[in-house]
Amino acid sequence: MHPAPSVIIFTTMSGLGLGLMVFLGLGFLDVSGFVAFVFVAIAFALLGGGLLSSLFHLGHPERFIKALRQWRSSWLSREGVLSFVTMGLFGLYALLWIFWDMRIGWLGLLAAASALLTVFATSMIYAQMKSIPRWNSFLTPAMFLLYALAGGALLAAQSYVAGLLFLLLVPLQVIVWVVGDRAFGATGSDMGTATGLGNLGKVRLLEKPHSGTNYLMKEMVYVIGRKHAAKLRLFALVFGSLLPASLLLFFPHSMSIAFAAIAIHLVGLFAQRWLFFAEAEHVVGLYYGQR
Amino acid sequence: MTTLPQSTDKKLGLVIDLDTCVGCHACVISCKEWNTSNYGAPLSDVDAYGGNPVGTFLNRVHSFEVKQENKPAQVTHFPKSCLHCEDAPCVTVCPTGASYKRTEDGIVLVNESDCIGCGLCAWSCPYGAREMDALEGVMKKCTLCVDRIYNENIPERDRVPSCVRTCPAGARHFGDLGDPDSDVSKLVAERGGMDLMPEQGTKPVNKYLPPRPKADVEEIDVLAPFLQRQDEEAGGFLGWLDRTLEKL
Repeated sequence: MHPAPSVIIFTTMSGLGLGLMVFLGLGFLDVSGFVAFVFVAIAFALLGGGLLSSLFHLGHPERFIKALRQWRSSWLSREGVLSFVTMGLFGLYALLWIFWDMRIGWLGLLAAASALLTVFATSMIYAQMKSIPRWNSFLTPAMFLLYALAGGALLAAQSYVAGLLFLLLVPLQVIVWVVGDRAFGATGSDMGTATGLGNLGKVRLLEKPHSGTNYLMKEMVYVIGRKHAAKLRLFALVFGSLLPASLLLFFPHSMSIAFAAIAIHLVGLFAQRWLFFAEAEHVVGLYYGQR
Repeated sequence: MTTLPQSTDKKLGLVIDLDTCVGCHACVISCKEWNTSNYGAPLSDVDAYGGNPVGTFLNRVHSFEVKQENKPAQVTHFPKSCLHCEDAPCVTVCPTGASYKRTEDGIVLVNESDCIGCGLCAWSCPYGAREMDALEGVMKKCTLCVDRIYNENIPERDRVPSCVRTCPAGARHFGDLGDPDSDVSKLVAERGGMDLMPEQGTKPVNKYLPPRPKADVEEIDVLAPFLQRQDEEAGGFLGWLDRTLEKL
């Protein structure tokens, strides 16, 4: 799949913002007044910025409000609705916290739950795709949720919790890749089933439908950059979770360590999300003799 | 609503005969012509006369080679367009309700004024049947020529999808696949019509008829080249011209 920058920025930023909302909503971080405002502002900026970025992915961004209608069937619609619900719940919780120093437990809990559900809905947009075997797994929501929670804990200055979550992320990320590499083969789809000619012999593409490219090939048969996948995976693993976990668990907690961990995690997170798209093979590639 | 109908009154669709298709791409061209000038946004081309032409098409013809060991390869031309699936994943993923399946005839359509161009339906389709138009920013797909098949302003024989009407080989058939007595259903039963990627669970309505088994050609009639040519006598004006010139 084509790793569109708008979608990479959207999933990473909104994930971090929602993760931060989870921890603030659960009552972590014992601050008030202006400091509370700064944390709330960061959470809103990340979620809002992510949502804004996702609009650039649309052919008709001005019609985005229509996307809130089909929450009964569509995960994308549910994600939109849940984002707004989360912003409302968390906004109310934050207002009371900043201006009246009241942290209402049940309201915070509700906001945190809604934030988690939003991340889950985002992940289900990808996990529901049967046509993209690598994504079509419960590991996709697990991975999105853990990245959001670990990053959120880090942003909420919960060094120890964040360190543990990053440590959990290391094996999960490896499992996601190992299982993902076998997913396409496990579906049984090949050029034989795609064309229905498999029982007549070995099928190969003789001629493409056209000499140039097309929307399908650009969007779904993205093979550029996959040759560096192994290096990028190592990079994503070390920077995304291994190094932040080590910094947070084995070094004395300080502001500079936390900022270093955030910067390192962001770099790894972008690499991880880029790979998430670039490595995902769509079955339509079978009609083009590619994966 | 982007939930799928429980059942549809009819299951209109295409039956494509892979044994007959000659790969001429006439269906591709006629589809583009009809659908760029009728229902919905036109099918745009970008850099049409330049070095990297890209365009929106609702129907494309791939060519595959099937080879068994120690046997000659067999070429199959393979037209591919929307299969109007019964369990169409492209419908349920749509966040706006722009993508829908009609209860009356099972045709899967896009309401272009509601489409936000998120591209999710194209992602969910295993067959690559949907293409986002680069200029309009909305999703385009085969409409089964919904603006032809019920159109009382055109002659009755034209009330079939443009690709079916134009196919010079008669490789494309249109009808109600929900009715076991329809011509297309009989054809599917007789020739062993098949689904594409049944493991995707989409239950396509369109069926493909597999190529007939080829008899292995061992002997060639060696006398054929020596048969005397039978020139036909031209008639009419050309015949008169011929006879007159002969006399001169």
